[in-house]
Amino acid sequence: MKLNKFVVILGVVVVAGLAFIMTSQKPTEKEADVSADKQVKVGFVYLTTPGDHGWTYAHEVGRQNVIKHFGDKVVTSYVENVPEGPDAARVIRDMAKQGNDIIFTTSFGYMDPTLKVAQEFPDIKFEHITGYKRAPNMATGNIRFYEGRYVQGVVAGMMTKSNKIGYIASFPIPEVIQGINAFGLGLRSVNKDAEVSVIWVNSWYDPVKEADAAKVHIAEGADILAQHTDSPAMLQTAEKAGVYGFGQSSDMKAFAPKAQLFSSVNNWGIYYIDKIQALIDGSWTTGEGPDHWAGNRWVGMADDYLVLTPFENMPDTVAKAASKAAADIKSGANKIFTGPIRDNNGVEKVPAGKTLNDGELFTTLDYYVEGIVGKIPG
Amino acid sequence: MDALILTVILTSIPLILAATGELIAERSGVLNLGVEGMMLMGAVAAFAITSLSGNPYLGVMAAAAAGAMTAAIFAVFTLGLATNQVATGLALTIFGTGLSGLVGAPFVGGTVDGLQAVSIPVLSDLPVLGRLLFQLDLLAYGAFVMLALVAWFLNKSRAGLILRAVGNNHDSAHALGYSVLRVRCAAVIFGGLMAGLAGAYLPLVLTPHWSEGMTAGRGWIALALVVFASWMPSRILIGALLFGGITIIQLVGQARGWEMPSQFLSMLPYLATIAVLVLISRDRNFALMRAPAHLGRIFIGTR
Repeated sequence: MKLNKFVVILGVVVVAGLAFIMTSQKPTEKEADVSADKQVKVGFVYLTTPGDHGWTYAHEVGRQNVIKHFGDKVVTSYVENVPEGPDAARVIRDMAKQGNDIIFTTSFGYMDPTLKVAQEFPDIKFEHITGYKRAPNMATGNIRFYEGRYVQGVVAGMMTKSNKIGYIASFPIPEVIQGINAFGLGLRSVNKDAEVSVIWVNSWYDPVKEADAAKVHIAEGADILAQHTDSPAMLQTAEKAGVYGFGQSSDMKAFAPKAQLFSSVNNWGIYYIDKIQALIDGSWTTGEGPDHWAGNRWVGMADDYLVLTPFENMPDTVAKAASKAAADIKSGANKIFTGPIRDNNGVEKVPAGKTLNDGELFTTLDYYVEGIVGKIPG
Repeated sequence: MDALILTVILTSIPLILAATGELIAERSGVLNLGVEGMMLMGAVAAFAITSLSGNPYLGVMAAAAAGAMTAAIFAVFTLGLATNQVATGLALTIFGTGLSGLVGAPFVGGTVDGLQAVSIPVLSDLPVLGRLLFQLDLLAYGAFVMLALVAWFLNKSRAGLILRAVGNNHDSAHALGYSVLRVRCAAVIFGGLMAGLAGAYLPLVLTPHWSEGMTAGRGWIALALVVFASWMPSRILIGALLFGGITIIQLVGQARGWEMPSQFLSMLPYLATIAVLVLISRDRNFALMRAPAHLGRIFIGTR
């Protein structure tokens, strides 16, 4: 009897474990042809699934563009739902062992795991997205997401009636802080009274919590919502409550046709195609920047890495101002993080005339600018 | 303010549903730690069936069935094969988490039209209360009705008396001629059914999405709620609103710029759970007096 019980429990645990493993790792495309060694093998590591309709979806679109561009000159594969942390190193190492020539790891949290695996496989190229650590065979690529958020701030400032903006943020990492501050600068460029409340949900993708946060923002009087999380839950909540919001990473119009003002869409395809082509040509480098930071490929709206969807659900005057703001950023007339910039206690952080350089955008933004309520956690 | 309270109420509905079911199971003497897994099975079934059929009520039924079936697995092991309830319950949660992720994989990123609010005539026109209590969806009304029914069942009905007897002393109940296993089996399956409904509430009302592990610990909070309520239905309502309130207040705190780390605020619902459990079990006699005496004990009907 005792033994029986043990066997039964063991059975349950094993079955459960198997189910767990099956859900956590599903490489989609197996290597098609071993003999065709001219093919470049490209691996992608995804944080959630392409079905998030946000961040990972945008990367998946990029991968599709790679396939379209190179045809059968490349073989791509991806692993989805890879948690940021020790597990990531295992997955990345696995992809390296499968003979990928270049591996794109597509979330900030993969930075250290990617570096670790990159040192183990010096012949394989690694591309870490949104991070700042590099190695001879590990480059970093990033999009200036904050440019789109400045335009969001301009639109929010002109659209809000309650002067309360609700912002849903994921984790306090440089990229997110840049976004919040750029939003605040855009907002204050058109509206001196509006304020932004930030709710941190400590997750990239948690539709329940994102929706809860949106409901709380609305209950607190916010009439414009912005997000730096990946699901369309916030926009759906906005749509239901009759307020407005901005989509994230991908066009989310389908989820909120009346509520979406516009989305900033991440156009990764250009970057992927460029770097894969460089690998084929033998000209792949990690970039030769003047300092540790600027060696990144870090581009934005000017190069179409960040694309804004049409301005909708807003009066013409607002749409015009938004177009103007976007054009100024594209032309370089507006560098966004140009002084005078004061933090939300009124202390001047960037003097008039100075523009933060790329390194400073990563290392010095430890404050909220005017117009953002509260303090950065941690 | 109204809107905030409404959000709190909606957040506590799944807790009420799951805790009501678990309360019945525990009063019959079975500790099922698999609530989280059963909720996830309910959530994925509700989402999948709703997105395939377009009818959220079919989704609700599917969720109840999925929860009940998951509970039936638990019943087969703990009642039929007399396995350890704690170990089996934990395994059930891991199993439910994994299987729901597998079943739900094709549905990630999809969206559904969830349950619509149904206004109750006359009552919904009441100031404040009308909006908070009488313009909810059917599943929310169901949660309150089920809680009331369970309270009546336990305290006023003969069947409830038998269930309590089985939970308090299965040997005596057995000696009196009641089928301990049959009663427990029914109680466990009822618990699963309610957990399934609780799970359905997430994708059908709170946010029209499916994502892996979307219950995010609500099943465990429901388990703690049963202890918090000292196995009395009426207190589940208070506890659920309290926990729902804490979940929302941490978001409100952030929105208002309270200077507290958001990570700490996110911990609050779970901290509160632990704090309540510690407080309640501080007085050993109190806990012993309230808990069903044969909770978690294995019954083998040989005599």
